[in-house]
Amino acid sequence: MSVIEVKELRRSFGSVVAVDGVSFNVEKGQVLGLLGPNGAGKTTAMRMLACFITPDSGTASVCGYDILRNPIEVRRSLGYLAENSPAYPEMTVGGFLDFVCDVRRIKGADRKRALDRIVPMCSIDSVYHQTIETLSKGYKRRVGLAQALIHDPEVLILDEPTDGLDPNQKFEVRKLIAKMGKDKCIIVSTHILEEVDAVCSRTIIIARGRVLVDSTPAQLKVEHGCGLDAVFRRITKTDGSKDAKTNR
Amino acid sequence: MNSLMAVFKRELKSYFTTPLAYVFLVIFLFFAGYLTFKEGFYEMRQADMRTFFMNLPLLFVFMVPSAAMRLWAEERKVGSIELLFTLPITIRQAVLGKFFAAWLFLAIALALTFPMVITVCYLGDPDIGLIITGYIGSLLMAGGFLAIGCFFSAVSKNQVISFVLSVVACAVFVFAGMPTTLNYLSSFMPAGLVAAVEGMSFQIHFDSMQRGVLEFKDLAYFVLIIVGWIAACTIILDERKAG
Repeated sequence: MSVIEVKELRRSFGSVVAVDGVSFNVEKGQVLGLLGPNGAGKTTAMRMLACFITPDSGTASVCGYDILRNPIEVRRSLGYLAENSPAYPEMTVGGFLDFVCDVRRIKGADRKRALDRIVPMCSIDSVYHQTIETLSKGYKRRVGLAQALIHDPEVLILDEPTDGLDPNQKFEVRKLIAKMGKDKCIIVSTHILEEVDAVCSRTIIIARGRVLVDSTPAQLKVEHGCGLDAVFRRITKTDGSKDAKTNR
Repeated sequence: MNSLMAVFKRELKSYFTTPLAYVFLVIFLFFAGYLTFKEGFYEMRQADMRTFFMNLPLLFVFMVPSAAMRLWAEERKVGSIELLFTLPITIRQAVLGKFFAAWLFLAIALALTFPMVITVCYLGDPDIGLIITGYIGSLLMAGGFLAIGCFFSAVSKNQVISFVLSVVACAVFVFAGMPTTLNYLSSFMPAGLVAAVEGMSFQIHFDSMQRGVLEFKDLAYFVLIIVGWIAACTIILDERKAG
């Protein structure tokens, strides 16, 4: 059984079909890059996996827990970083992480160890006592990453984790994802193709709610004889009704 | 600490880390005191808190929605609702955690009216039982208004809209029991229906508690109002959280 199994997930918002029969599996030690144009359905798919919204049909499981039958266990097993790194603006970084620890039942010495590990890892030492509303976009994203990692989950779902970061910060976060990818199961959504090259061991290109390609970055470049940028443009501009090609 | 307590603690703290709590408390305490003395506290020449309690329903109609409007509207607007419901917290735990935190905040506001109790005790020999039942009724009534406010806070992302809708709904529940309303309704409705409308009003159940009568039907009324509107809040939140 794969760590993440997704079978024919579908979700519409009114007349707009956001996710249209998406299926894929992800194993431990894989970093899956979800690539796609705006409105492709990446965030909706991730939100369904994180049990924030329920699918209209289809199913998925995370660490063996069904997203419909066991949403709380799914959320315990994964760390989720949403697209805009939501947090509570009036809280300090330390207060916010304490709240997350309270919810995740990380207490006492375990909490101290978790904070001692995560604060330097996400480089938020200097802003630990600052209120979140006063932080820059980059720091807010790092705080969001910290709350996703604090309980050392088996699975990470990161929606545009380097959005808004400066080049140095992007490098550090990518290094972190690559390091964690060795023993975790990670899904990263991104628009940045160099990020896919840098951290992802597998790539799914999604458009109009459907999986168009499920392959590895290296294989895609060999097959199409061009860089990922050109591969992306070529694939997402073709008719969405073509069958998804799966090469692993 | 379980998830409900974590949300409760966070929410209660957030009231006091922003100016909101202090502005609310000052305004509430000022008007509670002002209306008490304006409505003839000294003229009645009786050491009781009747004039204090009789103004609370109308004061709560405006004050409680102002405390409730940010509960869910702000979470949806800021986007923190996506954080909250991707943590291992059920919607019910989150709704109850926030509700109890806001209710405790209102209880603190009521508790800060203690100078009024000291005043009547100093001026005369009031019936302490009446005062206690009056405060119990006030707290339950505040809980009822708060549950309505929670629901409308979940309905809209805009705090002003939530506030207005809550005020209107709370006003309906208060004015439904007023003599002028009942007289008007009895001009075209059968007596049974008018009695049913009166029974649905906060006023009649609160008046009973003010008189020192703690009946099961009044307690059950407030508990059912709270449970019903909180359940509705949970349902609407599940529908709209991603919208």
